[in-house]
Amino acid sequence: MGVATVTSTTGEAGANTVKGAGPAQLEVRGVTKAFPGCLANDDISFRIEPGEIHALLGENGAGKSTLVKIIYGVLQADEGELIWEGKPVTIASPHDAREMGIGLVFQHFSLFETMTVLENIALAMNDVRDMDALRKQVLEVEKTYGLPLDPDRHVYTLSVGERQRIEIVRCLLQNPKLLILDEPTSVLTPQEVEKLFETLRRLADEGCAILYISHKLHEVKALCQKATVLRGGKVVGGCDPREETAKSMAEMMIGQKLTAPDRGEARQFGDVRLAVSNLSLESDEQFGTDLKGINLEVRGGEIMGVAGVAGNGQNELFRALAGETEQEAAPDSIKIDGKAVAHFGPRRRRRLGATFVPEERNGHGAVPDMSLSENGFLTAFRRMALSARGLIREVPTKSFADNIIKTFDVRTTGSGAEAGSLSGGNLQKFIVGREILQDPGVLVISQPTWGVDAGAASAIHQALLDLAAKGTAVLVISQDLDEIYAICDSVVVMAEGKMSKPRPMADVSIEEIGLLMGGLHDLEGQENPAHDTQVEGGRLGQA
Amino acid sequence: MEWIVPFILTVITASTPLLLAATGELVTEKSGVLNLGVEGMMLVGAIAGFAVTASSGSAILGILAAIVAGTLMSLIFAFLTLTLMANQVATGLALTIFGVGFSALVGSGFVGFAIDPLPALSIPGISAIPILGPILFGQDFLVYLSIAAVIGVGWFLAKSRAGLVLKAVGDSHHSAHAIGYSVIKIRYLATMFGGAMAGLGGAYLSLSYTPMWAENMTAGRGWIALALVVFATWRPGRLVAGAYMFGLISVMQLHAQGAGIHVPSQFMSMLPYLATVIVLVIISSDRAKIRLNAPACIGQAFRAAQ
Repeated sequence: MGVATVTSTTGEAGANTVKGAGPAQLEVRGVTKAFPGCLANDDISFRIEPGEIHALLGENGAGKSTLVKIIYGVLQADEGELIWEGKPVTIASPHDAREMGIGLVFQHFSLFETMTVLENIALAMNDVRDMDALRKQVLEVEKTYGLPLDPDRHVYTLSVGERQRIEIVRCLLQNPKLLILDEPTSVLTPQEVEKLFETLRRLADEGCAILYISHKLHEVKALCQKATVLRGGKVVGGCDPREETAKSMAEMMIGQKLTAPDRGEARQFGDVRLAVSNLSLESDEQFGTDLKGINLEVRGGEIMGVAGVAGNGQNELFRALAGETEQEAAPDSIKIDGKAVAHFGPRRRRRLGATFVPEERNGHGAVPDMSLSENGFLTAFRRMALSARGLIREVPTKSFADNIIKTFDVRTTGSGAEAGSLSGGNLQKFIVGREILQDPGVLVISQPTWGVDAGAASAIHQALLDLAAKGTAVLVISQDLDEIYAICDSVVVMAEGKMSKPRPMADVSIEEIGLLMGGLHDLEGQENPAHDTQVEGGRLGQA
Repeated sequence: MEWIVPFILTVITASTPLLLAATGELVTEKSGVLNLGVEGMMLVGAIAGFAVTASSGSAILGILAAIVAGTLMSLIFAFLTLTLMANQVATGLALTIFGVGFSALVGSGFVGFAIDPLPALSIPGISAIPILGPILFGQDFLVYLSIAAVIGVGWFLAKSRAGLVLKAVGDSHHSAHAIGYSVIKIRYLATMFGGAMAGLGGAYLSLSYTPMWAENMTAGRGWIALALVVFATWRPGRLVAGAYMFGLISVMQLHAQGAGIHVPSQFMSMLPYLATVIVLVIISSDRAKIRLNAPACIGQAFRAAQ
């Protein structure tokens, strides 16, 4: 059945090539790339016209990243050719690609942590430039496109959103003719996304072709004029996103019907399971955000969202809740099921039934060089009884990992695969699955679906809803407001290390959240008296 | 006070081999390669320099030979760890053991030979100025070279684009690869520079410090050079301070004995190593500094990802 679809759609892609008037900016013809054990790209063809914003859609592992690497010269195709402005070209290295005018914003940032923003930008420039002249250019581009960045900050002190700005500025400085963006908006606020889109539209008007890879299909719909859909390394179709719905495109990507997360019966909230009271904490990082008087309560069965622009204290909050920062705060400023835990490390908090999923998968959520079953063991050995008398129980450990892989549909060669070999979305499914299957009383999860495709994201959302239905208190730290609206019962907003009062989801508009994200000072005073009753009312209404 | 000039002169001679070898290792480590074979490379450099000088009568040829020998040693290391991806720690240790044995084998015929030490700079009039003259203008050229090298490396790392690329490779080899830099090639070059400088450090020992050959004559200086790089938190300026501090301590032990101070000689010879341990502990407590200057990828093999 799959074969039939492929032949018909290759024909379709072929037909596309006749349409353009002049030569395409880039035409990909029959590109094939095999890795040991998998055919990552199988006879891929499509073309991008100058000034066109072209979406590349596909699930994790569909071959998008491989294709991007081939276009950017990081990898060489086994077969097929690339036609640039009408001429066949060989792109032997990223240097060649930049020379031709191809810019790439990486999904997993290609940044150097201990270097400054300016140094990072200089490294990706082909021509050697005077640092002072470069600084001026950087500031100019930042101003023109509204991407504020301090050129002298060290990257390791920056939030994910700020890091992405570096990559974008880096590309814009080279006046690209083709700009490739891999998941660019996953860490931006709605306002930032709108700004980015303005930038991209302006670039397109200036004649720059844009290849846009995203899982956020309504963004694709708003921005792109054409889309090529990949599945399993093959082109399975093309469409005009403006004439499709997000749902129809998602279904084209995953090749089956998509179901919206089922929120189930209105849930009864139980007792408070995670309580934070008056938590103030200096950040342990030089340019971090200090937490200032954080208060929140999450009840059993409740999913609370923490919204906010990256770098407003969310990382510090996560580390404080997970017990990763050494605490000087009063022990009872954080309580899990009524027990004061602020002076506990992560292991003792886990013993009380709390589990944590950090934002960064490789290196924080998982050890990249270890196998999946070893990674499963690392956080679950106590709750899942994977260890006995100080030894690893091999069989249950492997079957726990196998269970995660099966339940959460993790695409991998098996539980022996290294965590680092999985694509971002698949590893995320594994890590989320590992914590959820431990049946926690409290789950704190940061950016649950960052860089994860629609199919996987909806699976993760469903799993979180199911978990809450079983009485778990779930705290979701996310910059994705759609996500917060899709699954959360209530929301708090972080800005500059402070947190707004919780609001029931049903009562709060996206504009209000946007205002809160901008800073709490204006709204703080006037809200206090009326607020608690409002929240109660909202909750009663839902219950 | 007449002892002060000779004292400072011996401090300089004791510090120079450390500074030469450590400067090379600093560059190697900044690229993300940990070469523990410094001691071995220094020994091979020492015997190569001595043997060629003794046979040809030309110190210049001897010094060139030491550079070549040190570089060849580092190439063995680079081939094993960068091309064949052997473990860097184990390979570095093996390189040291190999260097000890190999230099002893080659050097067995040269034990007891005598050569003229490297000539010191002599500027008529200026070199004769009391105190400053002999200290600033009366050294052999390797001393000036060691200072010039560390300044050059400092400038290279801080100001030049190539230096920035080198640090980038050491900080995140995957990012560097993704942007399009050749990680392996850059690491080869950095490792070879480290080998050349270690060879030079060895040659200083056998041609100037003690113009003779003795088995295992580096006596652990390669290890101190390695510790110095960490001590300096990978910053060239501190490297000079560190090298001279260790030079001072090791000379102090001799002078203390000479002055009849009654401290067990074993305690005094232990001092440089004790200082290394203490300083490393102090340095490690400042995490931010380590974080900023330490090459994050140090010791890790690089395999180009798919």
